[in-house]
Amino acid sequence: MATTVIPFGPQHPVLPEPIHLTLKVEDEIVKEAIPALGYVHRGLEKLCEIRDFHQMINVCERVCGICSMIHGTCYSETIEELMGIEVTDRAKLLRVIWSELHRSHSHLLWLGLFADAFGFEALFMQFWKIRERIMDINEATTGSRVIVSVNVIGGVRTDLSPEQIRWILSEIDIVEKEVKAIQNTLMNEYTVKARTVGIGVMTKEQAWELGAAGPTLRGSGVAQDMRQLGYGGYSFLDFEPVVETSGDSWARGMVRFREVLQSIDLVRQAIAKLPEGELAVKFKGNPPEGEAYHRVEQPRGECVYYIRGNGTKNLERLRIRTPTFANIPPLLAMLPECELADVPVIVLSIDPCISCTER
Amino acid sequence: MQGKVIDVTVDNVVGEVMNMKNDGQRLVTFSTYQEGDKIGILYHFDKNLETTHLRLLADMDKPIPSVSGVYFAALLVENEIRDQWNVEFDGLVLDFNRTLLLDPEVTQVPLVSNVKIEPKK
Repeated sequence: MATTVIPFGPQHPVLPEPIHLTLKVEDEIVKEAIPALGYVHRGLEKLCEIRDFHQMINVCERVCGICSMIHGTCYSETIEELMGIEVTDRAKLLRVIWSELHRSHSHLLWLGLFADAFGFEALFMQFWKIRERIMDINEATTGSRVIVSVNVIGGVRTDLSPEQIRWILSEIDIVEKEVKAIQNTLMNEYTVKARTVGIGVMTKEQAWELGAAGPTLRGSGVAQDMRQLGYGGYSFLDFEPVVETSGDSWARGMVRFREVLQSIDLVRQAIAKLPEGELAVKFKGNPPEGEAYHRVEQPRGECVYYIRGNGTKNLERLRIRTPTFANIPPLLAMLPECELADVPVIVLSIDPCISCTER
Repeated sequence: MQGKVIDVTVDNVVGEVMNMKNDGQRLVTFSTYQEGDKIGILYHFDKNLETTHLRLLADMDKPIPSVSGVYFAALLVENEIRDQWNVEFDGLVLDFNRTLLLDPEVTQVPLVSNVKIEPKK
């Protein structure tokens, strides 16, 4: 059988992220996939050498728009760990509220794109319509729809008023109702299942060995979620990781779908437990010195920050390992022996964020 | 830093990584930093949310044994280190030869000052 080499991406009609895959195909069956990155590489890690460690929050938030809040939180918590700063419980829970709003709008965005990838335009529009309510909450509470910029070293810069909290609760009630109304379509509709069930299967053992993260890991039956570490305000909240066991594209989609409902529950819990207190603690002393390693759970999975400070206002080293970076080796294992027509669905099933991957 | 740190050398790093794999540890990623003319590499592992780090301090101008034969997922981060620090890895299962993130015509190594390299042909 002759082998055909097909370039997939970096610009592709169903792929919003500029990843390039060189696919070696025999009779429309993919035999090998080789990735190429670097189309949006910005050298953000290098910026820590010339930007003040306070300014780096804004840089880290721009690693990725969709999970900007969680990048900002992870960076801030790593610096706080280095400097021994104890953030107030109110600030911790406010971070959780915006983080979970980010997770739910990221998953709703992805669910829409996923529906688009297998040609279900009505479902795509439904998910994006629901997502708008979350974006409106972000805009009303922070002034920005995507990059909310609420983190500072030592806490947050923005508070929620009682009126805003009541409004958020009523909005997320509507989001929950509207998401549940689509649940049956996503879980049981024939066309959805035909394009996703049994497509891009990755076993539990493969997922673990290949270092998969987030819904890609949990979709293969591994109950691991960095929020279990209890970082920030998560230590005050009750939740169990969302797990599916079939390891296919459908399972990864269902993990994200159920996590939207979980995020709504976590926002409610965080609001119910929101205490009075300062938004940010003042701190004195030298800039960060030493090294710290911190992990958080982003919508796409485990995000790792490693920071080395040398006692000056500029960090010596900032290393960011984003979840998509971890999910590329599993993707390379999922693609061989799949049909060419299933490649967009499988690639989208890891929720690729190349902006994060390349930084 | 949270988690246990174990020092390794270029001679035993592959064996130690193999031990981690046999122990059921998940390779999370590597982090790198510069210390004088040496490169520090931290191999981060996770098991049941517990973190273990292997710390390797190696010469920047000598090849470092690749662990991609033990953990396939290491190929991506080793290629990234190759791009950003101009450090070579011996036995890398898929070697992008400094073009994973950088264009072939790039001559300045991003994270190492004053190191120029020939453009790729």
